[in-house]
Amino acid sequence: MPRRNPGTDFRPDWFARIAVNTPAAERRAASLPARRSLKREWQAAWLLNAVRCIDLTTLSGDDTPDRVARLCAKARRPLEADHLAAMGIEGLTTGAVCVYPTMVAAAKAALGGTRIPVASVATGFPAGLMPLDLRLAEIRHALDQGADEIDIVISRAHVLQGDWSALYDELRAMRETCGPALMKAILATGELKTLTNVARASHVAMQAGADFIKTSTGKEPVNATLPVSLVMLRAIRDYRDRTGFAVGFKPAGGLRTARDALNWQVLMAEELGRDWLRPDLFRIGASSLLADIERQISHYVTGRYAALHRLAAG
Amino acid sequence: MENMEYGPSVEDASAVRDWLRERATFGHFIAGRFTRPGEVFATTDPATGEELARVTQGSERDVAKAVRAARRAQRGWGMMPGHDRARFLYAIARTIQKRERFLAVLETLDNGKPIRESRDADIPLVVRHFYHHAGWAELAESEFPGHAALGVCGQIIPWNFPLLMLAWKVAPALAAGNTVVLKPAEYTPLTALAFAEICAHVGLPAGVVNIVTGDGATGAALVRAPVDKIAFTGSTGVGREIARAVAGTAKRLTLELGGKSPFVVMEDADLDAAVEGVVDSIWFNQGEVCCAGSRILVAESVAPRFEALLRARMEKLRPGPPLDKSTDIGAIVHPVQKQRILDLLDQAVAAGAELIGGQVGQGCRVAPGYLRNIAPSNPGMVQEIFGPIATLSTFRTPDEAADLANNTRYGLAASVWSESAANATDTAARIRAGVVWINCANVFDAAAPFGGIRDSGYGREGGREGMLDYLAVPAPPAPRDPAPPDIAAAVEDAAAMKGIDRTVKLYIGGAQKRPDGGASYAAQDELIPLGGRKDIRNAVEAAQAGLAKWQALGGHGRAQVLYFLAENLAQRRSEFAGFASPAEVDAAIRRCFFYAGFADKYDGATVAARPGHLTHIRPEPHGVMGLICPGRASLAGFVSLVLPAIAMGNAVVAIPSQERPMAALTLAQVLACSDLPAGVVNIVTGPRDDLGRALAGHDGVSAVWHAGQGAEGLAELQRAAAETLIPVWCPDRQDWTAPEAQGREFMRRASRAKTIWLPYGALPAGTGSAAY
Repeated sequence: MPRRNPGTDFRPDWFARIAVNTPAAERRAASLPARRSLKREWQAAWLLNAVRCIDLTTLSGDDTPDRVARLCAKARRPLEADHLAAMGIEGLTTGAVCVYPTMVAAAKAALGGTRIPVASVATGFPAGLMPLDLRLAEIRHALDQGADEIDIVISRAHVLQGDWSALYDELRAMRETCGPALMKAILATGELKTLTNVARASHVAMQAGADFIKTSTGKEPVNATLPVSLVMLRAIRDYRDRTGFAVGFKPAGGLRTARDALNWQVLMAEELGRDWLRPDLFRIGASSLLADIERQISHYVTGRYAALHRLAAG
Repeated sequence: MENMEYGPSVEDASAVRDWLRERATFGHFIAGRFTRPGEVFATTDPATGEELARVTQGSERDVAKAVRAARRAQRGWGMMPGHDRARFLYAIARTIQKRERFLAVLETLDNGKPIRESRDADIPLVVRHFYHHAGWAELAESEFPGHAALGVCGQIIPWNFPLLMLAWKVAPALAAGNTVVLKPAEYTPLTALAFAEICAHVGLPAGVVNIVTGDGATGAALVRAPVDKIAFTGSTGVGREIARAVAGTAKRLTLELGGKSPFVVMEDADLDAAVEGVVDSIWFNQGEVCCAGSRILVAESVAPRFEALLRARMEKLRPGPPLDKSTDIGAIVHPVQKQRILDLLDQAVAAGAELIGGQVGQGCRVAPGYLRNIAPSNPGMVQEIFGPIATLSTFRTPDEAADLANNTRYGLAASVWSESAANATDTAARIRAGVVWINCANVFDAAAPFGGIRDSGYGREGGREGMLDYLAVPAPPAPRDPAPPDIAAAVEDAAAMKGIDRTVKLYIGGAQKRPDGGASYAAQDELIPLGGRKDIRNAVEAAQAGLAKWQALGGHGRAQVLYFLAENLAQRRSEFAGFASPAEVDAAIRRCFFYAGFADKYDGATVAARPGHLTHIRPEPHGVMGLICPGRASLAGFVSLVLPAIAMGNAVVAIPSQERPMAALTLAQVLACSDLPAGVVNIVTGPRDDLGRALAGHDGVSAVWHAGQGAEGLAELQRAAAETLIPVWCPDRQDWTAPEAQGREFMRRASRAKTIWLPYGALPAGTGSAAY
């Protein structure tokens, strides 16, 4: 039985006084990538680590079961076998595959025989503007289809209106519905706008029992950024300091390059520690990122840069 | 993959090592070329102890030769159109930019600072300074009409930011049309020598920049040399020695000295942001930063959480080889400095403080740390450690925070953390320092003046204020007052006088006071109170007591008092008959109107330093000023000094003309009935030079003007001011009734620039955050 965040009672005093200084958060986020440099085999190791943390994702209106199956094939073998062999790596897969509820069955079928979990978005993704009973019903549907993890979206209105107890109640209901499945709470930070909102919403989600907090749906005008991630990580740290429970983090949308993958991992290591570099506490929601990582790995192994057409599509 | 270490990531230093190997031994850079090496000493990489190169110990003769070269070059350079000077400064900026990696590596090798810092902080700021001052060179004629260069500037810089401090010194001096002789610190001369090559490369006229390497003896020779200005950045102790050496000469002096800057974390601060601020302050550049926020003061209510966060963050800092790109803490510049840090830490711990972190490593290594449970008198709290060690103590309320912040002999910088605009700006205003960073720390820019007060020195570097410290308005030489006669002889004359029918007294704290010594001297047929050291002490205390009320009036309130003073002066002009000519009384009335008009108009500026930052430069009154007034024009001269000083919000202790004090003493009675709060103007008569020396030797005085020359008296006063580090200005006017004896320059000298930084931004970048 996997570890699940039991949550706490609603404790607004834990976050009511939070006021994030935005310029300071941006300064820290900007200086972090410049403070740590990864080269050669160390860089390769960190990139491989990023691969095992990726929730390889397709969330498009034109998804089809065959498209999902192709994605799953990539999740099973994310890198060229030759390259992995050259580095002495075996059994590397992505952290999960992330799809819409109607694609869960296809994903489960394609991933049969592996331990790669299938994550499903739910609760009226991406806007979340559906009646609560329908949103909960969607969670149940995804679970029935075999989803191992549920990525829910919050009602941004509760945050923007400062109705934190309503947000807590909604998330609690989703948590109950998810049952033993891993629940990731998508805050849609690009729509919460202020970092103080992000910090407070993070606390409410964790109090309500989210196992992961996740930045974005990938559909907001601004998705995962380092400053937003920094603020969420500090909320995770505070929650751990108060409860002892380690909540995971998932940046999503906006991570496209190998450099991004390194930057976010440095952020995790520096702000929370190396435990948060494992897939049980860190996931990256991405689709095109993997191709860039693969190119970097290819360069590391072969000494020349690969064109995308030479690497297997996902 | 399981241990996820960072691994080494070392910057390539081969180009720098080749450069060093080719040269190996350096002479000075004088008159556009390198001299043959003389007596040499080694400069080393503090991280390894490896010798990098040998440089020449500059002798008195070397310095003299460099100063002569600079003097020869100055005429042409100063007369050159600003546009042409701008082209040279631009060429320097561009060349540094093209060689930034080389210079960053060389700096890191010589100094021990992490490559990330030399690459991301030092060198970009160097470039920024030359660009900014290329602009000032271009604009010099239109923006500073009537101003001219000072001539030859001797510049002495420290080892903590070697090339950056060179840029801060050289760029404004050159932009203004001066030529320079610069002495880099003996631990870190290499980037200055590389800079000399750049000067030669861009074809800078020979002699405009001269670099003489050497130790303190070389610096002392430069201070003694016939230069027009000395600009020094370094320790307070050496700054004092320089001020002593310069006393009695016509050399101008600016000093940027030590600090023990407060870092105030208010109850409503973003604690994570403040912790990062500490990293950017005292854990930046191994704590070898004069303006580092080394005294952390945190509100009691958040102190436990803040300390927990601080400690966790401290443990994440990576000590390492300076050239490794993942190193946060590099090497202390030299074993001597390391020992100085350790000695001070021993003293601090012996005096009862608890040291967290601060482990001593191999070679020049000291881990970051802080001292807790530390008393205000602990040496670790009082003295500048100049290493990566902060102090941590608490306060209860915002007023206590300001009091503790100001409880220091220094006044260079401060950092204030609060998410409340009301709290942050109030605390920033209360703290006595040249630079205040709100919700940030160690932010610099060429457009933002930098410099201190108190034992942190005087003068500003950067922006318009910095340019003005390298410029002067040439004035026709004014006839100097002869030194006043000996007082003792005058008292004998007084004994012979008859028919004394009027009692004049000192004017202290808004009341007529008998002099402490109970003695008088004769002048203008009256017995004049013979003030002494104790009267100066009482007058300074009275002035300090009067300050708060006067400043709280604001410019508009002060203007009303000055207008009323003019009104009363006009009504009582007959009382001045025999003491001041009608023209002088008229001039006094005009001064009142002029400075009443200026009282609410000598404003600061908001400069375009960095995007996303409100950078506000605020002229602040010094506090208590000592004014030694001219011997001639005993009324017009007196008011020409007193009025700008008080219009700006200072309180003054004024020494009137020794031989003709009656006009000032009569004015005291007018002041008394003009709503001027008690203590704003205090008048002490007596032996001018003794009283002036007492003022310049009083730590409660923040600036002195000396207009009543007599060279020996001034030299003695300057020697006294060298101990207190009080800036002395010598306003010199042909005619104290003339319009030239008033103006903006007086307001500028009655104030000092305080730079307040405030980064803004409600929303993170990319979310449509407004930028001014």
